[in-house]
Amino acid sequence: MGLHTKSMSELTAGLEGGEFTSVEVTQSLLDRIAAHDSKLNAMITVTGEAALAAAARADADRAGGNAGALNGLPVIHKDIFCTRGVKTSCGSKMLDNFVSPYDATIVERIAAAGAVVLGKSNMDEFAMGSSNETSFYGPVHNPWDLDCSPGGSSGGSAASVAARFVPAATATDTGGSIRQPAALTNTVGLKPTYGRVSRYGMIAFASSLDQAGTITRTAEDAARVLGVMAGFDERDSTSIDTPVPDYRGEIGDAIKGLRIGIVRQHFDEGLDAECGIKVKDAIAVLESLGATTVEVDLPNIDLSVPTYYVVAPAECSSNLSRFDGVRFGHRADNAEDLFDLYCRSRGEGFGDEVKRRIMTGTYVLSAGYYDAYYLKAQQVRQLIADDFRKAFADVDVIAGPTTPTPAFKLGDKVDDPITMYLNDIYTIGANLAGLPAISVPCGFVNDLPVGLHLVGTHFAESTLLRCAHQYQQQTDWHTASPEGFS
Amino acid sequence: MSLDKDQVQQIATLARLKLSDDEYAESVKKLSKIVDFVDQLSQADTSDVVPMAHPLDVAQRLRPDTVTEPDERDRYQENAASVTDGLYLVPKVIE
Repeated sequence: MGLHTKSMSELTAGLEGGEFTSVEVTQSLLDRIAAHDSKLNAMITVTGEAALAAAARADADRAGGNAGALNGLPVIHKDIFCTRGVKTSCGSKMLDNFVSPYDATIVERIAAAGAVVLGKSNMDEFAMGSSNETSFYGPVHNPWDLDCSPGGSSGGSAASVAARFVPAATATDTGGSIRQPAALTNTVGLKPTYGRVSRYGMIAFASSLDQAGTITRTAEDAARVLGVMAGFDERDSTSIDTPVPDYRGEIGDAIKGLRIGIVRQHFDEGLDAECGIKVKDAIAVLESLGATTVEVDLPNIDLSVPTYYVVAPAECSSNLSRFDGVRFGHRADNAEDLFDLYCRSRGEGFGDEVKRRIMTGTYVLSAGYYDAYYLKAQQVRQLIADDFRKAFADVDVIAGPTTPTPAFKLGDKVDDPITMYLNDIYTIGANLAGLPAISVPCGFVNDLPVGLHLVGTHFAESTLLRCAHQYQQQTDWHTASPEGFS
Repeated sequence: MSLDKDQVQQIATLARLKLSDDEYAESVKKLSKIVDFVDQLSQADTSDVVPMAHPLDVAQRLRPDTVTEPDERDRYQENAASVTDGLYLVPKVIE
């Protein structure tokens, strides 16, 4: 029946028309995961029984005239979202034994809308990584080339959507962790405005940057899922109480007259030339729809990666202090004393990259270095946010590449943290400034996908989704499926 | 600026991380690289720049000081390695 190729909108039409049931869709996708995930390692946990039960409930709800916004639609959650009664590992040995006693707000909302959760996806440990190689559960393979990384940290969510396991997966983005894997796997990755989606129950990495979003194949499906996830949550102290627009309703509006800003530095020698051509072609498509382009300057954007690698580790070192081997998580055996229990539980439970970030953060916050690093970084962060503020006085969106290159080979960058960090050079600015951004498939270089990156001003998710949707009406990159996963 | 082994040892102690000898050697190398990399921030002119506290211009929200959470201690403690009578057990702290 090819149910796996269908978008959420197509599945909804089929469910409404009685062509198939959610139980049938769920079973066929569970079979697909069972048949193909040994090649990808995209899943940490598959919750087949619970999924079939949820699908049966969804079918009953629909029959009873109570279909929610995501009724009967299959999704996968990144394993960073606490899911009651289900292992929630965050890709770490530290939480390999952790069964969450509660649901994250977005898990609750997506379930309440009638969605069917097939399982939890693989990710870089505690979302720290850009290649999925820091996961305790092993790397995820890119369905477009199994020797390549799918990107990270939401590599499992991206690979599972690209391989047609599900039409949509949840993900999180602290420096590019939704958009970079989306670009490398030919999927749509949406990072909403900071505070748009609740962080409650989302395991914290860098709290002033972390934001939950979606990975889908179409912008329309992103709009559908965001509409359910977004909105005020009193359990998240940084949640913003502002109305949620009708994202799907606004997606069809024309983009004529839209002003697109182009940042010169984003097209310099750091960018693979072939990727640059694809991105410029994509911008030309938007212009053909009536958008205009203008060059904008972000004078401090080159400092975004070093700024990030002070702020994010600082926040991570604080957030991850909760893992003490006492209340939950890994605990070392035969500790001599309390200090030994802490040090060994953490030494054994965390992987190399996580330890590195905790230590970087500890260093930049320590006495004598705080002003030179942390305070300085928060000042530069203000400069970067000001640059964006000024740029958005003249434009509606800023367009450019999502990543400097297409997918790289697994193992290629894992030994050099700086090279790995520079993967996020185009995406980190949006996190520092709290802005929404989206990556949309815009072509292939050497048979590997390339992403167009669009950044909007605060709460302009509708504009980004509209742009992406209009672009997808004109192009068919997103319909291409990887060989072996068609 | 490069870090030496003593500094890394001090950082690891502050961070409550036990590292193996190999991990120390590797950490000295990689943390030095990272510190070098972030040192480029010193070039930026930030005189009179207020450090960013929040990406959006909002004030911290307050809520009424009322009990909203039920007592679910037993369920939460299912994830702990060692508990007795509702207490978390750790190695002896006071002799």
